[in-house]
Amino acid sequence: MRGFRYGFLLANLILRDFKIRYRNMSLGIFWSLLNPLVLMGVLTFIFTRIFPNPCHRHFGVFVLCGLVPFNFFALAWVSGTTSLFNNATLIKRVRFPREVLPVAVVLANGIHFLIQIGLLIGFVLATGYGVNRQWLWLPFVLGLEVVFVCGLSLASSALDVFFRDVRYVVESANTVLFWLVPIFYSFAIIPEQYRTIYQFNPVAAVVLACRLILLEGRRPPFSLLWKLAFVSLLALGLGLAVFARSKRKFADHL
Amino acid sequence: MAAIEFRNVSKIYHRHPSRPFFHRYLLEKWRRAPKERFYALRDVSFRLERGEAVGVVGANGAGKSTLLSLIAGLSFPDQGEVRVEGRTAGLLELGSGFHPDLTGRENLTVYAALLGLDARQLRERFERMVEFAGIGEFLDEPLRTYSSGMVLRLAFSVAIHVEADIMLFDEVLAVGDQAFQAACFEKIFELRRRGATFVCVSHAPEILKRLCERALWLEGGQVVRDGPTGQVLEAYQSFLAVKAAD
Repeated sequence: MRGFRYGFLLANLILRDFKIRYRNMSLGIFWSLLNPLVLMGVLTFIFTRIFPNPCHRHFGVFVLCGLVPFNFFALAWVSGTTSLFNNATLIKRVRFPREVLPVAVVLANGIHFLIQIGLLIGFVLATGYGVNRQWLWLPFVLGLEVVFVCGLSLASSALDVFFRDVRYVVESANTVLFWLVPIFYSFAIIPEQYRTIYQFNPVAAVVLACRLILLEGRRPPFSLLWKLAFVSLLALGLGLAVFARSKRKFADHL
Repeated sequence: MAAIEFRNVSKIYHRHPSRPFFHRYLLEKWRRAPKERFYALRDVSFRLERGEAVGVVGANGAGKSTLLSLIAGLSFPDQGEVRVEGRTAGLLELGSGFHPDLTGRENLTVYAALLGLDARQLRERFERMVEFAGIGEFLDEPLRTYSSGMVLRLAFSVAIHVEADIMLFDEVLAVGDQAFQAACFEKIFELRRRGATFVCVSHAPEILKRLCERALWLEGGQVVRDGPTGQVLEAYQSFLAVKAAD
């Protein structure tokens, strides 16, 4: 596998994924925007009209700060998990570094993530929040989320080859996380005794950091940043380790 | 210098490799029930020098594809040792990874990247690949508008222009019309003159005779015969004739 060009292959796989998804769709890239907008509208309606929720003055943009990082996390993780299985013929027939498959899928989702971040920033500015220098922390925080999902997907895609149940575990975990990540409620209303658990959930940490940066103009506390960095890098390391241990058996089990 | 060397190689498959979680772990591991296994290859040894071309014959399930995937480094032996010197390019089930909604050009690029080319190498070979495939004005059309022959020609053209040290063919030479086949043979002979090694699985004796000076006959995962193509094929065919008469 020496001298194999990861970069060119990775770029092409990301591009392939992106093109396949949008070719032959009349709305094309707007699907990336439509989904969070619809969810934002529904959640705003429910939590301002049906269960009035005093979490934030601008509930729409508040929810969007949670939805965008969570959407990326959930979609990228699910599609990363099935990436090996979906490319079974390729794995059985062509020799190339297998790691690129889940990573490419996660990064292709990262393109949609970027588009949605653009949407989020548009809303933030339209609501009247200004640009501040804490925004420089955004690439760091969101980048760590991508690293975290890459790690999770490497591990879960490898396990999915041997136990096809894994994808359903991932789907269920995402459903549960939608409630356990502070998307439509704020970190502040979580009772004290549960907060430590929340702090070790990287998705919750990313959501919290986004709100601090975009809505309050504050730098996320260093304790949050290092925990996020630690958990993300740990996930990547473990993911690579699980993957490396099992990849020799992929072709026999698919 | 040996390009490929197999030393007492066995490949074992278990009967139910993806059984549900509970069966697999609770029953097999805790009770230590013996797994049902079968040998896809059993104690296979041979040595291929650089520049040799060898044909592999045998009935379905004889272990031919397993042999190729071990050489290609796609799967690994359970016993024994496989040594391969140089880069392999498998032409196994051509066009794995092609997508019908992408154009010929896009599919070509992704496939070349999968086979290990970088941007510069692809740029150098792009013209030759397109010309060899003979898809002309269809290059920027989506793949679903191609005939199956065109798809195979495109895939074959990319794979052969990777110009790996060791080329593996699995029933792919029956591709395309006569003119394209002739061009393929010409290209293969050119690569052979440059020292490429070929392993070719085929049921077509005339192709093997033209391409390979040596043949392996596999039966039930074992090498029954290894020698000059003509002799091995003769033995294989008389074996088939006897079996058909039974």
